[in-house]
Amino acid sequence: MNSPQTCLEIRGLDVHHGQLRAVTDLSLTVAERQVVAVIGANGAGKSTLLRCVAGILPASRGEILLDGVDVTRLPTHRRVALGIASVPEGRRLFGSLTVEENLRTGAYRHRAGPWDLAAVTELFPWMADRRRQRSSQLSGGEQQAVAICRALMSNPRVLLLDELSLGLAPVVVTRMYEALPRILESGCAVLLVEQDVSKALAMTDQVHCLLEGRTVLSGAPADLDRKSVEAAYFGIDRREAG
Amino acid sequence: MSTTRETAPRVSGGFRVRRDSRLSRYGMLGLVAVCIGLAGLPYVVYESVTSSLVTLFVLIAMASMWNLLAGFGGMASIGQQAYVGIGGYTVIWAADQGINPFLGIAVAALFSAVLAVPTSLLAFRLRGDYFAVGTWVIAEVYRLLVIKSDSLGGPSGRALTGLSDMGLTARNAATYWAALVVAVVCVAAGYLLLRGRVGLSLTAVRDDEIAARAAGVDVTTAKRIVYLVSAAGCGAAGGVVVVDALSIQPTAIFSVQWSAYMIFIVVIGGIGYLEGPLLGAVVFFALQQYLADYGTWYLILLGVVAAASAVWMPRGLWGQVVHRTGLRLFPVGYRLDRTDQQ
Amino acid sequence: MGLLNAVVQGVLLGGLYALYAAGLSLMFGVMRIVNLAHGDLGVVAAYVALVLVTHTFLPVWAAVVVTVLLSAVAGYLLQRLLLQRSLSSGPLATLLVTFGLSVILQNVLQELFSADTRSLDTGTFATAAIHLGEISVSYLGLLGLGLALATIVGVQLYLSRTATGRMMRAASDDPEVATLVGADARHVYAVATSIALASVALAGMVFAMRSSFSPTIGSMSLIFAFEAVVIGGLGSLWGTLLGGLGLGLAQSIVGYYDPADSILAGHLLFLAVLALRPQGILAARGT
Ligand SMILES: Nc1ncnc2c1ncn2[C@@H]1O[C@H](COP(=O)(O)OP(=O)(O)OP(=O)(O)O)[C@@H](O)[C@H]1O
Ligand SMILES: [Mg+2]
Repeated sequence: MNSPQTCLEIRGLDVHHGQLRAVTDLSLTVAERQVVAVIGANGAGKSTLLRCVAGILPASRGEILLDGVDVTRLPTHRRVALGIASVPEGRRLFGSLTVEENLRTGAYRHRAGPWDLAAVTELFPWMADRRRQRSSQLSGGEQQAVAICRALMSNPRVLLLDELSLGLAPVVVTRMYEALPRILESGCAVLLVEQDVSKALAMTDQVHCLLEGRTVLSGAPADLDRKSVEAAYFGIDRREAG
Repeated sequence: MSTTRETAPRVSGGFRVRRDSRLSRYGMLGLVAVCIGLAGLPYVVYESVTSSLVTLFVLIAMASMWNLLAGFGGMASIGQQAYVGIGGYTVIWAADQGINPFLGIAVAALFSAVLAVPTSLLAFRLRGDYFAVGTWVIAEVYRLLVIKSDSLGGPSGRALTGLSDMGLTARNAATYWAALVVAVVCVAAGYLLLRGRVGLSLTAVRDDEIAARAAGVDVTTAKRIVYLVSAAGCGAAGGVVVVDALSIQPTAIFSVQWSAYMIFIVVIGGIGYLEGPLLGAVVFFALQQYLADYGTWYLILLGVVAAASAVWMPRGLWGQVVHRTGLRLFPVGYRLDRTDQQ
Repeated sequence: MGLLNAVVQGVLLGGLYALYAAGLSLMFGVMRIVNLAHGDLGVVAAYVALVLVTHTFLPVWAAVVVTVLLSAVAGYLLQRLLLQRSLSSGPLATLLVTFGLSVILQNVLQELFSADTRSLDTGTFATAAIHLGEISVSYLGLLGLGLALATIVGVQLYLSRTATGRMMRAASDDPEVATLVGADARHVYAVATSIALASVALAGMVFAMRSSFSPTIGSMSLIFAFEAVVIGGLGSLWGTLLGGLGLGLAQSIVGYYDPADSILAGHLLFLAVLALRPQGILAARGT
């Protein structure tokens, strides 16, 4: 009855890079205030999936629904306006802009909601003192925080996070994940890519494991045992069977 | 059930790597025949025909050089008129030294290539669009320097000496053959260059410049060789222009119009195909003749067609031909043929 | 007239070059393209203003305002309808398209207005000047310099204070992420081109008031604007201003000794900068 409302629904998605099919027949749903992790080895198609949801890559088959609205054919900026925000792999701040200017670019097409400059600064208080600094002068962890806040500035319904932990010290990664509950409070959903399996199992509500672009295993972390996740991650039982 | 591991068994099947196809060999033979036919033309047609063909050959030579530079070397220049002018003035100067103007055309090619060395040192500091405008500035500098020289005629130019004792018919025929030779040499030089090491380097650069550099391909040398060859070709073409006109005028010979012609021909004909400039030059030439009575409208029309094809048909007319028929007259790439076809 | 006067005239001329160069610099900074029809679009603006002045009852200043607005609209459409498409057709396409446009514009102007030289008559304003001893500072020269300063300051403010301006800088850093944060690249680019065309229209009209013009002078303006941008350093508007002034000074001072060499002197300054300091006087910081 009071099951949370579905925010993002992906049905039977195929994505190609030229001839190469990088995502095959993928379906998943992310509900409000839920965190779904996509895990998989290098080249499994995780970034491709997120980039397609964001609208950078076209879907060659299937549908992407945001709050029940089909956004599969919409250009990226229209999806942002409807509530899809991205933190791209490798953070990719605008290097010649200051921290504050980077954050403000996130509000270019914002929806109504709790996130503004003051609210995101509360999430990471050190930002207040550094806001006039050029973003290229920040450390990796600081850049990641700014990238998250830049995405939040649009007050998204769905936040796409690609490899939060890339190149960061474990303690910094933990701090990033600590911000997740506050982000969910605003009513949005999070779809994230994570290479660290134990992190994904510990911090999320649902895990999707990709192998060569296909879902090979999915479920709530409580229902999955570590061994089968690892097997799916590396595609071990497939190799043995084939 | 393994699904996508199908690459391994296929490779063991029979493949053969070849440069040419049967079609392209016939095409080559056809071209040779056309050249021989063209060489005999002064014996069979009126002089008005051969003299207008001189213009076509000059256009083919220049456009082939621009195609080499931009289509294969990735260097779009709007300053090739520098070498047209230098070539033209070299012929004038050589005639003053008592060198036969037809021989002067070869000197012009050589001297253009020599001047291209220091020029490339400066121009290569610019990339992409900036290279294009930078080369234009350099061409302007050459023009302004030339008009400072009184012996070269200053701003008003000069007449070519050294051909006055030649009969009109003989001179026209000789000019025609010179133009034909320059065009054939330009096209052939491009072909041979691209079949060799330089061509391989440039292909690597075109696919991925950073990777090519990392793999030890000497990109700058390959580009410089292309730049020098294209300067030499344009210099020779400029020499032909002067021999044909019997006079030189600095504003005309150093005009950016030459670059406009080269660009339009190559873009319409098909950039990055050796055949493109041939086809483009014929189209250009036909339009120019056909619309001669309507002032500059042919240029406007060509500008529209060129701009439109740059956007909507980036591989030009020859690209369409290749797409439809697979025909390549000048096979510079490699093709993979299966030898075990069922 | 003395050398000091030549210096003053060089600054005034340099202001005009900077005004020409501002739009070129902006378009390169945001989209990494060089619009080869830049100078010709300034000439078109001069002809439009001329037509407005001779065939309507508009005074010159009103014709200038109308022309600037028309150019801004034309710039937006030019980007949306033509340049944007060429951006995705390979690295050479934009260059070829704008070069084609340049040839088209020059020849159409020639067909419409003949190759005769014209001038935009501003009555007594054209000859009015402030005299300080041997130095004479023409109102028109001051106007060009003032407009250049105002344009460059205005564009800088726009880039740093407005959402769309900020997005232009963001798109210049990383166009893909700019769309990920909600930029419609086509709109952002079109606004940049619109600003560029409005500013080059101003430059073309000031030029037309200062001296006579004809359909083909756009090429020279493009070259001077380009030199100003490279001398000043790619991607920096303040550098572009300095570059314009440097070019104007070089031309004017050498021209004081031998008028025939003035343009050559500007080119040689450009080549010297290229040889000695290819990143320009004020190289863009950041990236
Ligand atoms: N721009 C591209 N062009 C062609 N192929 C690509 C491109 N980007 C990714 N691929 C290919 O698509 C597949 C999936 O790549 P993707 O980047 O989505 O993987 P990933 O799971 O994000 O990997 P990683 O963990 O390394 O980030 C890979 O085989 C990759 O080589
Ligand atoms: Mg990835």
